[in-house]
Amino acid sequence: MDVVSRNNVVITGREDGPVIMLCNGFGCDQNMWRLVTPRLADDFKIVQFDHVGTGQSDLSAWSAERYASLDSYAEDIVEICNELALGPLVLVGHSVSAVFAVLAAASEPRLFEKLILLTPSPRYIDDAGYRGGFSAEDIDELLESLDSNYLGWSESLAPVVMGNPERPELTDELTNSFCRLDPAVARVFARATFLSDNRADLRRVSVPTRVIEVAQDVIAPREVGAFVHESIPGSELVTLDAVGHCPQLSAPEATAEAISGFAARDG
Amino acid sequence: MSRAGHGAAEPPRAHRTPDGGGAPGHVPHAELLEDNPEDLYENAPCGYLSTLMDGKIVKVNRTLLHWLGRSHDEVVGRMHFADLLTMGGKLYHETHFAPLVHLQHEVSGIALELRTADGSRLPVLVTSAVKTDSAGQPQLIRTTVNDARDRRAYERELLRSREKAEREREHSQNLVSTLQRTLVPPALASPPGLEVTAHYHIASPDEVSGDFYDLFPLTADAWGLFIGDVCGKGAPAAVLTSLARYTLRATAVYNPEPVAVLSNLNTVLNTADHEHDPRFCTVLFGVLKQEGRGFRVTLASGGHPNALMLSGSGSAGYIPTPGGQLIGVLSEPDVATTTVHLSPGDTLLLYTDGLTEAHTATDAGDRYGDDALLGYADVLAPCSAEATVGAMTELLNAFGEGLVDDAAVLALGVPPQDEGE
Repeated sequence: MDVVSRNNVVITGREDGPVIMLCNGFGCDQNMWRLVTPRLADDFKIVQFDHVGTGQSDLSAWSAERYASLDSYAEDIVEICNELALGPLVLVGHSVSAVFAVLAAASEPRLFEKLILLTPSPRYIDDAGYRGGFSAEDIDELLESLDSNYLGWSESLAPVVMGNPERPELTDELTNSFCRLDPAVARVFARATFLSDNRADLRRVSVPTRVIEVAQDVIAPREVGAFVHESIPGSELVTLDAVGHCPQLSAPEATAEAISGFAARDG
Repeated sequence: MSRAGHGAAEPPRAHRTPDGGGAPGHVPHAELLEDNPEDLYENAPCGYLSTLMDGKIVKVNRTLLHWLGRSHDEVVGRMHFADLLTMGGKLYHETHFAPLVHLQHEVSGIALELRTADGSRLPVLVTSAVKTDSAGQPQLIRTTVNDARDRRAYERELLRSREKAEREREHSQNLVSTLQRTLVPPALASPPGLEVTAHYHIASPDEVSGDFYDLFPLTADAWGLFIGDVCGKGAPAAVLTSLARYTLRATAVYNPEPVAVLSNLNTVLNTADHEHDPRFCTVLFGVLKQEGRGFRVTLASGGHPNALMLSGSGSAGYIPTPGGQLIGVLSEPDVATTTVHLSPGDTLLLYTDGLTEAHTATDAGDRYGDDALLGYADVLAPCSAEATVGAMTELLNAFGEGLVDDAAVLALGVPPQDEGE
């Protein structure tokens, strides 16, 4: 299968620059990085994509069985790197994509020079001796919110949008297009994301890693950032003075600096 | 300007007349002018709040404070918008709502739930828009909050009915596929020296269709075979299919002569109570007998599409059984018979009209047809039974949505002789 169209891979920035791959988390598509990419484009070659089932990816490649497992998203990342001969590169994973980055780097360390984990959480639900910030009931509430909010998704419009990827103006006419997601896909993705436990995988990371957390983040509170930092051998922790789970939107300048500062550093 | 009412205990939507409206009678109905912006804001029939770009609340109206059961000082400058939401709502806010506000500067009609001071929940619909300065830089997020208790209760009912309908559909599809499987034999026994392969293509998982086939021993050296298609769909078609299949098998043992078998089936379908329920089918019935290195096949057709011979010499041709009439309509239908010899390398293909009636273009009138099937078979021949059914399965799959009816294919092939034999 052609991974470029499957995952809507988009490459921008400096042609001969070191490669940074930006992976967005659950919710919206690669537009999440819109405010950050202009700040990286002069120095880096930037690779972005949409997870299968989201954004402008090939929906026919999605299946509930395959994408109920976070490993599959990580396998897709490895496939994109292999197919396009991109590595070794700097892999930036936001939110649940930080988990994909950890899984990808643990299985194929030679493809990744460094990892940058933006607001990561290896487990969202509280456990004995661990505070993820959420209970199982909270996750059920989220699933209900997903069911109540179709965000411009309707079956009559979807084929028009999905069948014409070469005509982005069709997409732009629809409101909330950046976060539009088939509710069935959203449900599978949300369950995989918020019910997972990848704490044990953190120790498998052997490449240099920077963890970037946000001072006030409901989804990944600071104790989770500290847990990730302590669990990944040799990692470093940077705390952005910002609010919210998506600092690439709420504090794009500081986020871009935290990414480029680590990506450009020797070794 | 005096403040119109103050204190969280006030009713949220009470419209209060501003003080100092002049002498009574001087401006009659002054309160109807609605010229007090602060009152319009504070006591609007929806909640208003403004936040900084990071979500910190800087202004909120009385209506929303009342819904929340909180005081102005508890909220303004101390809480973020997400703090007003349930945990699930916070997750949704962080993963969808806040990114959308930043990316497109407005988002509307999002269903969330407020968590009030006493712990209860209030379903709301939320709309936000970003206020920018003259240079286009985002300054504030303005948000309206509408009470959506009734609407959300109704939507939940709709969601629940949809989930119920989906469960029932799944249940019914399971029933249909189970029933459909019982209508065709799980595996076909092959007479020695004959290769037999079949394929059944289900057009719709929602409805049983009435194609059937079978191959079974009659005597020590004779075998019966049939393929057919009953009228209609669904449960009545399934009943008719069962009836036809078991009648054919039973009467064939009693008298295997093909015309007699179809006549008996006709009698059974005709005598059954069917005044308001027309019951008929097309059937191709045959008897196979070993003859030399091949088989002699006697076929009787009751209105069924002609069988197709893919000869070992590399050509293909229909085996005509003209004039055969539907079984179950007339009291004494014409049944056409013919006899063919299957030599080593020959394959006989029997099929139902789902194959030839498939739509091949977006134009609904364009059917695949007999000529196209003959051309396709001519290219295939010579071809083993298994390869023929494989090629037909590929063809059926290629029709995609154009395949409107179920289709069954059954192929009988005499393997070619080994060289040197």
